[in-house]
Parts: sequence; C-alpha cells; structure tokens
Amino acid sequence: MNDKDIELLEDSFKKFYFDHFNLIHVPENPNQREFGFQKFNSGMNRHISLKTDKELHLLLMQKVPSDVYVSNACYSFPNLPMNEKDWKNAELIFDIDAKDLDVKNRDQHSCVKCTECNEIAILQSSCPSCQSSKLSKITLSCSDCITEAKDQVRRLNEILIDDFGVEPNNIQVFFSGNEGFHIYVNNSEFQSVGAKERAEIADHIMFRGIIPETFGFKKFNSEKILLPDFNEPSWRGRASKVLYGSKSMRSKISKKIISSGYSAFQKQLEAVKEQIGVRIDPNVTVDIHRIFRLPGSINSKSGLAKIFVNDITKFNPYVDACFIDSEDTEVIANCPIEFSLKNKKFGPYKQERISVPKYAAVYMICKGVASCT
Amino acid sequence: MLNLGTDEIVKYPFLAEAGKYLSDKGFSLEQFGTDPDLKRIVDMAVERIKISTEGKIYSSDVSETNSSLPMEVFSFLIAVILLKLTGMHTLIRRFSLAEARRSERFLEKDLANYKDKTKEEMALKIMHDLFSITIQKKDDDFIIPISNYLKHSINFHEREWKLINRKIDNGSVFLTSHETVRLVRKEIDRYISTKIHSANTPEMIEGFQEHVNSLKNLAKKFEVKTVESSEYPPCIKHAIEVLEKGENLPHSGRFMLATFLFAKGQQVEEIAPLFKNAPDYNEKVTLYQLNHLSGKSSTTKYACPSCEKLKSQNLCFIIPECDGIINPIQFGRKRV
Repeated sequence: MNDKDIELLEDSFKKFYFDHFNLIHVPENPNQREFGFQKFNSGMNRHISLKTDKELHLLLMQKVPSDVYVSNACYSFPNLPMNEKDWKNAELIFDIDAKDLDVKNRDQHSCVKCTECNEIAILQSSCPSCQSSKLSKITLSCSDCITEAKDQVRRLNEILIDDFGVEPNNIQVFFSGNEGFHIYVNNSEFQSVGAKERAEIADHIMFRGIIPETFGFKKFNSEKILLPDFNEPSWRGRASKVLYGSKSMRSKISKKIISSGYSAFQKQLEAVKEQIGVRIDPNVTVDIHRIFRLPGSINSKSGLAKIFVNDITKFNPYVDACFIDSEDTEVIANCPIEFSLKNKKFGPYKQERISVPKYAAVYMICKGVASCT
Repeated sequence: MLNLGTDEIVKYPFLAEAGKYLSDKGFSLEQFGTDPDLKRIVDMAVERIKISTEGKIYSSDVSETNSSLPMEVFSFLIAVILLKLTGMHTLIRRFSLAEARRSERFLEKDLANYKDKTKEEMALKIMHDLFSITIQKKDDDFIIPISNYLKHSINFHEREWKLINRKIDNGSVFLTSHETVRLVRKEIDRYISTKIHSANTPEMIEGFQEHVNSLKNLAKKFEVKTVESSEYPPCIKHAIEVLEKGENLPHSGRFMLATFLFAKGQQVEEIAPLFKNAPDYNEKVTLYQLNHLSGKSSTTKYACPSCEKLKSQNLCFIIPECDGIINPIQFGRKRV
C-alpha cells in the first residue's frame, strides 16, 4: 500500500472514529484488559492498558490505527509481558469465518493477486503476467457467504443454549468487519476455564472425536445395539435427524447402520462431521491470551466496522457495517469482479481511473484492488 | 476443612493430619521402631507399599472391630514415613496411585449410598471441597456442571472421556457413580503424592533401617531403561515434506516442527535451514521466532504440542506405531 492510499484510509478512519465515538467503548473491566493496535504497513503494538472510553478515543485520534484490539481475558497486570500478566478469566469466544465454509459460489466473488508482480486477475492457478504460482486470493462482497455464516451462527447458538445451558441473553453476536462473525458468551461458568477445556468445548461444537459407542454402538455384540432417537438431547438427537432423514425412516436406516458394522459407522460419522458440526475456527476459541478486534472499530481488511448484530436474520453487513461517507473519491481501480456496497453495485474495473463514493474506494483499497495513484 | 469420623479416616487416611493423628492417639514415631506390639503395623505398612508396586490395591476390612481401626490408619501413616525415608519417587508414585484407587472404591460406594445419608453427604462433601465438583443426584444419574467436568476430564486421553462422547444437556454432564469417582482419580493421586512430598522427612528411626533398605532394593526393579529409534513420527515427517516441496506449512505446523526438534536437542542453527523453502521465508523472522521458541530470547521454552492438540490442528497423520503415545517426542521410545 502506498503513502497516498494510507493517507486516504487514515483520514477516512479518523473521521469515522471522530463521528462515531458513541459506537466505540472499552469493554467491561477495562483496567484488566490488554489492548493492542496496528498502523498501516507496521507491526503490532500490544500490552497496552487503557482505563476509560476517553483514553481509548484519544488513542484513536492520536495514533490513527488501522486496527484496534482488546483481550477477552482479564489480567491483574494487563500491560506486563504475557507470563507476568496473571490471567484471571476470559469470555468464551467463537469465530465463524466465511473463508472456512467452502461456500459454493464464493469463487465467483473472488479474484487473485500475484504476490510477485501485483497483477490482479480472475481466479486462476498461476499469474497470467509472470506465471508465478504465488497468488493471494481476494474475495469481495458475497451474500452467499454471509448467508452460510449466519446459518452456522444460528446452529452454534442452538448448541450453546441447549447443550451448554448458556442463557440466550448472555450470547452476543458481532459482525467481524470482514466476512464472518464473532460470538461472545458472557457471564458464564466457562469464563474461568483454561485452554484445554475450551478445546473440548470446540471439539463438541465441531462434532470432532465422536466414537460410535456414544450412539449406543458396540464393537462386539451388535445384537443389543439401540441407536438414538430424534428427541434425545445434544448430538444423539441432532445427529439422528441427519442420519435417518425422517422419523419414519429411523427403524429401517438404523437396521442398515447396525448391519454395516462398527467401522463403517465410524466412517459415516467422520463423513457427516463437516455437514453437522459447526465450523468454528477452534484456534480462536482455545487461545485464552488472544486480542480480538474491538467492537465498533474498523477492519482494515475491508473498511467495514465490527459491530453488534441485533437481529441476525435481517443483518446485511454490506449495508449495516459500512460507515464511511459517500463523498466522491477518485481511484485507479483494477477489480475484475463486481461487488455491492450500500445496495449499490460496483465494478468490474479494468485498470481505470474512476470516481466512486468514498466507502467503495476505501473498500477496494483495503482489499488491494484499487489505489490512489 | 472436613470433619472426619473414624470411619472416614480409615477410608481416606490421606485426609488426616498425620503427626497430629499419631500424637492424639498417644504415640510417637520412635515407638514403632522399638515396641514389639507395634511391629505388626510396620510390617503392614511395608506390605501396603509392596502391594502398591504390583499394581494391586491394598484391601482392608473396614467393618473390622473398632480396635483394628487405628491399624488401618497407622499402617498408612507409617508407610508414608517409610517412603520418605526411602526417598524413591517411583515408590511414592506407585503408592499414591494405589491408595487413590483404594479410596475410590469407598468413595463410589458412599456416593451411591441411599440408605446412610451421613455417608452419602460426606462423600458429596469430599467431592466438593477437595475436587470442586458439585454433584446433583437424580435417580441413577450423577449430574455435574460441564465446567466442573471439563476441569478433570482433560486429564484423560481416552476418547470416551471427551465431552462429545458424554451425555450432556442444558449445561450438565450425566455420569454414573463409578465414572464420577473415576473422574477424580488423578486428583486423589496427586493429592496423596503432594501430601507425601510435602511431609517432612524424619531422621532415620531405629528399627526402620532394614525395611528402608529392602524398599530401596525393590525400587531398583522399577528403573526403566528406554531405547529410542531415530525415526521421526509421521506428523514431523509430513511437516518436513511440506516444507521441502516449498508448500505452505501453517504457523501451528512450524511451531510443532521447531519445538519437536528442540526437544530432540537440535539447535537454532540446525533447524533454521528447514524453513528456507517456505513461500514466505524470511531469514530474520525465522531466526527471531526460533530463538523465541527455544527460550533463548524469551523467558519460556516452548514445549512440543500434544498429539491431541495436533489432531485438532489437522497436523496429525497417525500410524500404528503411534499407539500409546500422547506427544510426538515419545515416538519410537521403547522400554528394554
């Protein structure tokens, strides 16, 4: 990213922050949190302590960061090095990212950028200009991706409430600012559990590590097997629905499963894992020292904001999380695919100078498909 | 602290304050070495240790007459003294596990005791006060909060203990009395061994020397010699292959590879060249990160992740030879 681009982004971000202080707050127990921020083309500044909204707003104005983060963990000494911080507890957080969901139409909204010569082209395996195979994939607004991510959020919520007994009002969903969601569980009994326990929670949610015995299957003595029913709690019930399809098929399919044997059933469970498990990023949940994008701040991968989602069915990130203004802005765009923001379509552009609303210019620069010069 | 009756001290002797218990009963340690009437207890104590080294559980008849009750407790306490004097960790380890399993039997019986409320309450209290497990009983189910369950279940490597393989509903895990008690075996074991390790070692007691010597000899039997093959486990081989092909190995894979090789005694300079083919190779960054992991430029020396962790990161490529290991660095280790 060149200096002119950075200048435009910093100006836009600063204006957004100045106009939207009401959106950006320090979390609960701010003096126990670790904050961090990044500036464009620069490394991470971590281990920062901020105590009030005012201090946070001052940091935004003075440093004009590209990204701002805060820990889900509470520490006695948040600004000391990691092993001296004295970890106390942390909210349980789940990350659902569209890039992990293998959404069918995603490729239609993706292009590639060569990391060697910066050539941008529609999706292909090597650079059309220099033939290098080192390409980075860029995905622009894709409503299928968001729909699929929302569905994962819905299923995650169901498991959190039904299996883990989490109160619905303790679950908060945030749009990540790019193409996913962060789901926070507040005030739960899981606040104080460590990384290994969280790995178990993640495995449960992802339907990982299940053994046939959990469904009543026995390695030997297959005569006495009784497979679960639809209305049983947790995975026994949920997986039944997928395995049998419908209630009337239970007896027939269950007989078939039993006669196929233990290892066939094991394989079958493995095969449906992706389909019925919720596809969270387990590393995020398990890391209890992580810093997360601060709610209300802008994601420099897109120029969209990480915001609280009140009604997920109605939520449209490409409208609701787009806060940059509409002032006409000139950029040179090299964007081989179409995208949509604030219900307006843009592109494709072939290395051309265009004038677009600032939010679209910022989006393209953040994605790496446009530049000021 | 728990208020223990004689019955409980017999079942859970490790809960007693050893020194206080002896003096309350009017005995001193020295007496056990010299008094011929007490010799039987010392023999019992030795037996108790020996049995533990065979992987068996010392069986005691709790329903014996009242006069025999202190024998049970005394033999435990004297066994601890003998272990301290012997100073062999391998014996302490075996003894505390066997004693944990012994008390597990009582705990399970008491937990499921519907007739004697006092016994049941005491067992529930032990589970709560010592192991922070709040149990709710409903019919045959022992219902505990998921967070309580997880704190203990993570000590197990068997898949049946994974949360996903448990009956759970609305924040609770449903267990049998046996499973509930099994859940805390490691903690009872740890509780006993910590208590033994933190006890003061007395001066050698007259009359104990012979026993101590025989126990030391016994311990030598358990010295384990291992040989290690130089073959790398499949996860490490896979990581090296990926790098050799110039493909991208995720951060977690690089972390695994580096910490594994450090554990095998390799140095930063030997490991760094492996990453040369990585698509994003940067010598400065690689050296910085390796120095950080090795503990050279940081306060922590990072350990190689467990097999379980690698499985969850899709870095595990298990083969039959991996059987029984829980960390890649154990691969190829064999006892002789």
